Amino acid sequence: MSLHERIKALLEEHDPASTPRTEFLRARFDAGLAWVHFPVGLGGLDAPREQQRIVDEALAAAGAPDNDPYRIGIGLGMAAPTILAHGTDEQRRRFLRPLWTGEEVWCQLFSEPGAGSDLAGLATKAVREDGSDEGSDWIVTGQKVWTSMAHEARWAILIARTDPSVPKHKGLTYFVCDMTDPGVEVRPLRQLTGEAEFNEVFLTGVRIPDAHRLGPVGAGWAVAQTTLMNERVAIGGGAQPREGGVIGVVAQAWRERPELRTAAAHDALLDLWVQAEAARLTATRLRQQLAAGHPGPEGSAAKLAFARLNQEISGFEVDLLGEEGLRYDDWSSDRWTTDRPTTVDFAGRGAGYRYLRAKGNSIEGGTSEILRNIIAERVLGLPPEIRVDKDVPWKDLAQ
Amino acid sequence: MSPVALLYSEVEDDLRASVRALLADRSPWNAVLARCETDQPYDTALWKSLAADLGCASLAIPEKFGGAGASWREAAVVAEEVGRAVAPVPFLTSSVMATAAVLALGEAAADAGELLDRLAAGRVTVVLAVPFSYAPDAAFPEAVRTDEAGRLSGAVRSVADSSVADLLLVPAVTEDGPALFVVEADAEGLKRDGVTSLDLTRPLADLAFAGVGGRQLASGDAAVAALSHALRVGAAVLASEQLGIAEACLELSVGYLKTRHQFGRLIGSYQGLKHRAADLWASVAQARAVARYAAACVADDDSDAPVAVALAQAYCSGVAVRAAEECVQFHGGIGFTWEHPAHLYLKRAKSASIALGTAARHRAALGQLVDLPAA
Repeated sequence: MSLHERIKALLEEHDPASTPRTEFLRARFDAGLAWVHFPVGLGGLDAPREQQRIVDEALAAAGAPDNDPYRIGIGLGMAAPTILAHGTDEQRRRFLRPLWTGEEVWCQLFSEPGAGSDLAGLATKAVREDGSDEGSDWIVTGQKVWTSMAHEARWAILIARTDPSVPKHKGLTYFVCDMTDPGVEVRPLRQLTGEAEFNEVFLTGVRIPDAHRLGPVGAGWAVAQTTLMNERVAIGGGAQPREGGVIGVVAQAWRERPELRTAAAHDALLDLWVQAEAARLTATRLRQQLAAGHPGPEGSAAKLAFARLNQEISGFEVDLLGEEGLRYDDWSSDRWTTDRPTTVDFAGRGAGYRYLRAKGNSIEGGTSEILRNIIAERVLGLPPEIRVDKDVPWKDLAQ
Repeated sequence: MSPVALLYSEVEDDLRASVRALLADRSPWNAVLARCETDQPYDTALWKSLAADLGCASLAIPEKFGGAGASWREAAVVAEEVGRAVAPVPFLTSSVMATAAVLALGEAAADAGELLDRLAAGRVTVVLAVPFSYAPDAAFPEAVRTDEAGRLSGAVRSVADSSVADLLLVPAVTEDGPALFVVEADAEGLKRDGVTSLDLTRPLADLAFAGVGGRQLASGDAAVAALSHALRVGAAVLASEQLGIAEACLELSVGYLKTRHQFGRLIGSYQGLKHRAADLWASVAQARAVARYAAACVADDDSDAPVAVALAQAYCSGVAVRAAEECVQFHGGIGFTWEHPAHLYLKRAKSASIALGTAARHRAALGQLVDLPAA
């Protein structure tokens, strides 16, 4: 059956107008039209990834519901490729279908208060319930942080230390953690914008069956590379028109409000405009390289540039607004918001929010300092950082 | 936005390889340095090889005028290599700016076809008689005027490459308004006084016209349009030269960071240096996209060309200067010496940042173009 025939058959057997959303999504998964590059039987057709666009467009045109990909982005972008690459057949069958349909939301338990840039130094520990018996349950204790969607998640991907007596990268194991376990406590983590996009997650004697281990004991770092590589792929972003980012908001304010203009601000604004357009053209060129089959290392510079520009432009905007810049985003509601947003909407909020939220851009998903290390070492071939912890058992490191 | 191609074509890669090989063979930096304080700062033999033998002078000239029928895109690749090598040749001034002016006049102007033919063959070096700092959006210059007999008088300072020009293309004001004249460089009444230039690899001269005879090539709007077109194409291609300067400075710097030891470590292992190198690399990658966009826009006569060119000059000028300044600092003491090439790049980058309008001037021009008006 051709792809188009499969789409047609799905729509005939499950009329989007009358089929309940979840039922339709399950049927779509079972028809192999969820993610066509996945294997047959796991929501895919072993087809080239590019064909997904055909399916998505045809189903959207027919008025079919989607699986709200932004809400379940961590499951789709990070958990699923990891489960596919490292999970057992049983794990793939159990987890992938409800992950894709959105019936089960996933979150990621990686970062810790003591392990940010140095993720491999994490301290959350997992021990066998009955000493070292093969196959017995694991008991997990520790604290995770910066966890989006933990308050809605059914499952988490988790890295924990299973052997503190070996160097840090070697003693980690990768698990699937049940977020409904009584030992899991989720607390909102209020950030400097006032709202709480993220959570802290406290793990106290959380029980994980050995069947929910992903990959061999001690191979957690290698498994995590699959997850993190997919995170970087996801950060790429689509094509933007000129003035498509935060610069567009500021440019609009400049055009509409002549009373804000000064000579110094004019040159500063144009300097930022130039930098934003340079970044946009660089992203365009990178996409042309990818399309030509020559991916370049420029992608690693894109996040660096995005973070710096967002911060400079949003800081400029607050200055430009003057007295109005003294007031925060939702001052009309007489309090700092404590909302729990699941996406970041720069353009839809006030200048103060943009200024504050942009501070996270050079920290989240790899700090700008770590990115500079990566560019210097992997692109320019400069010497690697001196790693004093490389051959030392984790338990002997300064914590 | 139109999907302008920002990558290099295979033809361009081949062209680059030929130009790079020629410059590496004939004009290594120590040869440039040795030459720059002599009375032969230009390498005329190299210029002939580049312009005539490799055909670089003919790239943007249509085949019907004896050219290669390529475009400013290919010329921009040559400019990158000229910048990388800080080569003392009048490529930008003659093969880009003067050629663009004559091309803009096209067949409307008497003699244009014949002049293009000689330019394409690399038989003649032509330079626009404007200060090298002249910006594309500046008013038509009034420094040179004609008398009743139609002879040119006036003075033009800081004209790049004019000391090696065979012909000068002189914007002048006649009693009927703006016009463009062709003047023989050794014409009677014309004085060319070489000045000590900040950039040793692109010398300047002051021109003094005292009743000089010339042929009028164009007048009125055609002359004004030809001059601004020449300056705009020049500014676009200069961005590629600036990219080449920045690339060379980054490579020199990274090479040094990988070989120089202090405190028992390679200095490239210190974050204080490696992070700055990473930032510089990111800026150079951006300059490449911006310069390519400008070259493509002038090559295709795209309606976005004025924005693309102002953007390219506003961005690439700063990147080239920063790359050269960092190159000096990364090298420490040796980078401050005359015997190291860093100063050749620093001087060329700083001069290029003023050439054809400063970054600030181009930002102001952008403000007009993209509806971000001044206070």
